[in-house]
Amino acid sequence: MQVNEGFKPTIVAFCCNWCSYAGADLAGNNRLNYPAEVKIIRVPCSCRVNPMFILRAFQRGADGVIICGCHPGDCHYTSGNYYTRRRMSLLFSMLDYLGIERERTRLEWVSAAEGAKFAATMNDFVEQVTKLGENKRLEDLRCKQ
Amino acid sequence: MQRIGVFVCWCGTNIAGTVDVVKVAQTLANEPGVVFSADYQYMCSQAGQDMIKEAVKKHKLTGLVICSCSPRMHEATFRKTAAAAGLNPYMVEIANIREQCSWVHKEMPIGTEKAIILGKAAVAKVNLNAPLTPGESPVTKRALVIGGGIAGIQTALDIADAGFPVDIVEKLPTIGGKMAQLDKTFPTLDCAACILTPKMVDAGQHEKIRIFSYSEVTDIGGFVGNFHVTIKKKARYVREDLCTGCGLCTEKCPQKKVPNEFNLGMDTRRAIYIPFAQAVPKIAAIDEDYCTMLKTGKCGVCAKVCTAGAIDYKQQDEYITVDYGAIVAATGYNPISMDKFDEFAYSQSKDVITSLEFERLTNAAGPTAGKLLRPSDGKHPHTIVFVQCVGSRCSGADKGKEYCSKICCMYTAKHAMLTRDKYPDTDVYVFYIDVRTPGKNFDEFYRRAVEEYGVHYIKGMVGKVTPDGDKLVVQASDLLAGKQMKIDADLVVLAAAIEPDKSARPLATLLTASMDTNDFFTEAHPKLRPVESPTAGVFLSGTCQGPKDIPETVSQAGAAASKVIGLLAKDKLMGNPCVAHSDEMMCNGCSSCEKVCPYGAITYADKEYRMPDRTTKVRRVAVVNEAVCQGCGCCTVACPSGAMDLKGFASAQIMAEVDAICK
Repeated sequence: MQVNEGFKPTIVAFCCNWCSYAGADLAGNNRLNYPAEVKIIRVPCSCRVNPMFILRAFQRGADGVIICGCHPGDCHYTSGNYYTRRRMSLLFSMLDYLGIERERTRLEWVSAAEGAKFAATMNDFVEQVTKLGENKRLEDLRCKQ
Repeated sequence: MQRIGVFVCWCGTNIAGTVDVVKVAQTLANEPGVVFSADYQYMCSQAGQDMIKEAVKKHKLTGLVICSCSPRMHEATFRKTAAAAGLNPYMVEIANIREQCSWVHKEMPIGTEKAIILGKAAVAKVNLNAPLTPGESPVTKRALVIGGGIAGIQTALDIADAGFPVDIVEKLPTIGGKMAQLDKTFPTLDCAACILTPKMVDAGQHEKIRIFSYSEVTDIGGFVGNFHVTIKKKARYVREDLCTGCGLCTEKCPQKKVPNEFNLGMDTRRAIYIPFAQAVPKIAAIDEDYCTMLKTGKCGVCAKVCTAGAIDYKQQDEYITVDYGAIVAATGYNPISMDKFDEFAYSQSKDVITSLEFERLTNAAGPTAGKLLRPSDGKHPHTIVFVQCVGSRCSGADKGKEYCSKICCMYTAKHAMLTRDKYPDTDVYVFYIDVRTPGKNFDEFYRRAVEEYGVHYIKGMVGKVTPDGDKLVVQASDLLAGKQMKIDADLVVLAAAIEPDKSARPLATLLTASMDTNDFFTEAHPKLRPVESPTAGVFLSGTCQGPKDIPETVSQAGAAASKVIGLLAKDKLMGNPCVAHSDEMMCNGCSSCEKVCPYGAITYADKEYRMPDRTTKVRRVAVVNEAVCQGCGCCTVACPSGAMDLKGFASAQIMAEVDAICK
């Protein structure tokens, strides 16, 4: 595997308001470090994440996208994360087919009490995407300056 | 075009320590739409909020970006500030540069760079924000308390005393909970029954309190102020309206070999039973697993002796639906199972017991009528070993729990002291890792056990308990003396860790309330909102939120009650305006959104439209009921035509954030 020294990936993390965003806050409260490459977008529920947003992120130059939601059975809206799970398993395999490696996308369940899991997940994901290097596949030529 | 003001908070050094706030403010000033930017030590303070209000007026701001702590912390604060300055409160966006930036990154350039990007994303979002107005919904002025232990009883009494009707749902035939099983309470040594049973009677007789005993909550729908709850009243085969609680049936029932759960299986009861003499409501129940009549159809003794004619073998489970404005979870705790702790020989010897079993052995209403006798041979024990932290503070948590169960140090001191007081000829040893006694008069109590009552406190853990004849050989290490010990004990008492009741997890699912990894309910904020669940309208009382002793439970129960009263005192609640909205011109009435909506908030209507050729056409379009929609946004993704969008989290807004981050 080629080592990408100095490469700083751009990572978009979609976090649901009730579990994962609170988990990220808890990671902060406990001062658990994870790379600054991770930028969080708050959504009410992971099921608010339209596959379009993920495609858009990859078009605009994101190197990895992670979606975090409540654990199955714990969704604040009862069933939202089940939709997320189905939608994302389809989307991720489609992206893989398009040439965006499966390792650049991830779906993870992080509860409001799992600050440590949030930080560990982000450390792991950033390391994984850094190894893959820059993502070039889905950049829309129309977006290029 | 918006006129946006950016306000960067230092939060003392919390943010300013790792983020160059001045640079953030200066950089964001150049973002599209931004006409004003500033930084300040504490943006949430009165001075900070005044600064925001002044800037709104002076620069005619239409949108605000606050770069500060988490929106979960102060979003509501800054929305109020915006409203006070004459802005729509939903024209505010928070860039979380504390919890998700300065607190997780160490180096100033990295922190600053990320804070700028988070700020840019928030600015990009506010540029697309629109004013939102929350809808109003009425409040059902009735509260539900789930669990009838001391936490539930106290919460119900406090709510009822404020004049609001309360229902208690208890899964056992009587309220009282764990406290009813205790003998004495620390540190005052009052008798538990003497202080609990009057409260049980108060709850039973209060005109505003209804008790559903032997009942369970099976379904919860609706939302804050308007919950619809289905309660299953389990068949007890005794008519509640007729039973007088005389107890004759419980004496005459021929099925005598039912383990008595109230005494933790240390004695037996009949198949028809009243859990204990002070039960509220004092109504018998038939245990269908043991009743000969229900199993074989041949017996009927209880029906023959019942002068009130209350026995009804054909009774069925009954489901009732009641509306509530607020729900309190008070599901309590249980000691953990000792199955995984074979080293203490719990399963091998009857004389190795848990502390709750010890409580029953010393209770006057217990299996030995309060005499401390060994369960195996009924002899008086002369050497008793107490083992603390059995399953508490386990690292790795494969066997026990990682947390401290909090009450064990004190109740063990109580047990040791009471034993020495009543039976001075008994040698009492307590093995501990640490003795933790923070609490009013707690440390004094523990010291009395050591100094006045001569209890042998030994720092160290018990390694193994081996039954040997009628003795229990306890092998342990004394860490302070640095030596191994061997004690021939007559009785070993294990201070088992406590865990949330098993019913809490399915209840959390029904409530859509969050739990931590140990199945304790999570509070909305660990310091500032300790009795509220993050789910609006759901409150927490007692040990379902975390281990606590009786005084703490009672104070928390009162706190939860006051929150419920605050909610029920309102006539109308402001809803969440961030709800789904369908663009009728784009909607083709396909029903995709309706199918995924977990609340049934989407219906369809046939509406007339004027077509360009001046004809009128009737089209089927989706209509969102804003009072029912909770704003998850699932429908927005399901919609194939892009007609459905979520206010406050619109697709265009989220994509603007994506763009700002990926630039």
